[in-house]
Amino acid sequence: MADRKTLTFALMDPPYENARTTTALRLIDIAVRRGFDVNVFAYEGAVNVPFAKQAPHANAVHGRDVGEEDHPNPKDWVAALFKEAEKRGSKIDWVQCGLCVDERGATEWVPGPRRGSPADLVKFAESSDNTLVIPTK
Amino acid sequence: MSKYLLIESRDPFETNDVAYFFDLASSLAKEGNTVTLFLVQNGVLPARPSTRSKALSALSTAGIQVLADEFSLRERGIPANRLATGVKAAPLDVVIDQLAEGRKALWH
Repeated sequence: MADRKTLTFALMDPPYENARTTTALRLIDIAVRRGFDVNVFAYEGAVNVPFAKQAPHANAVHGRDVGEEDHPNPKDWVAALFKEAEKRGSKIDWVQCGLCVDERGATEWVPGPRRGSPADLVKFAESSDNTLVIPTK
Repeated sequence: MSKYLLIESRDPFETNDVAYFFDLASSLAKEGNTVTLFLVQNGVLPARPSTRSKALSALSTAGIQVLADEFSLRERGIPANRLATGVKAAPLDVVIDQLAEGRKALWH
């Protein structure tokens, strides 16, 4: 669609820490389902959101095995966003801040995100219809 | 005049910063700007009638659209039909709509 709008989201929070991550992924999901192109700039702890080695686990305290625990991993939600975008003909350009990635050793991601730098956030902001920065507390 | 989308995610019972954010919304409206205050996550807690919800009602009276994320309300067991005066439940889609319309957006 020629007049497709693009929204940019900047994420800072690491996974498993705060509801902001969930809300950010909800926003991206809505935007994709509504036919927007989406840019994501993940920096600081947020580069771990699509980290490929996240693993589900059992919960011995509650006596549940891996299947029963059905532990959610944000990497799966990120992968699902890319699949949804592909299905709907939308585009997600998810940039992982390279410095933040190196600092954390978070170099392996589910398919979709690419390595970049803060300069990409500037490009995103300049080229998109709007930008929402979701900062840490 | 401009249009603003202010997103409040924090609990006013936990941090007084929220009051400053409400003041910002009020000041922007007084200057003649169009303002939506969207409550999400623990930001919806004052939407339940309480000592902290008067501020939201006052913002609504001042012409600010005060909305509370339906999902966040459900998570916290706050019935959408029993919100403080001037506060309405709304889907998160509103944020996407207002971003797409080009509103100046600020997350707190």
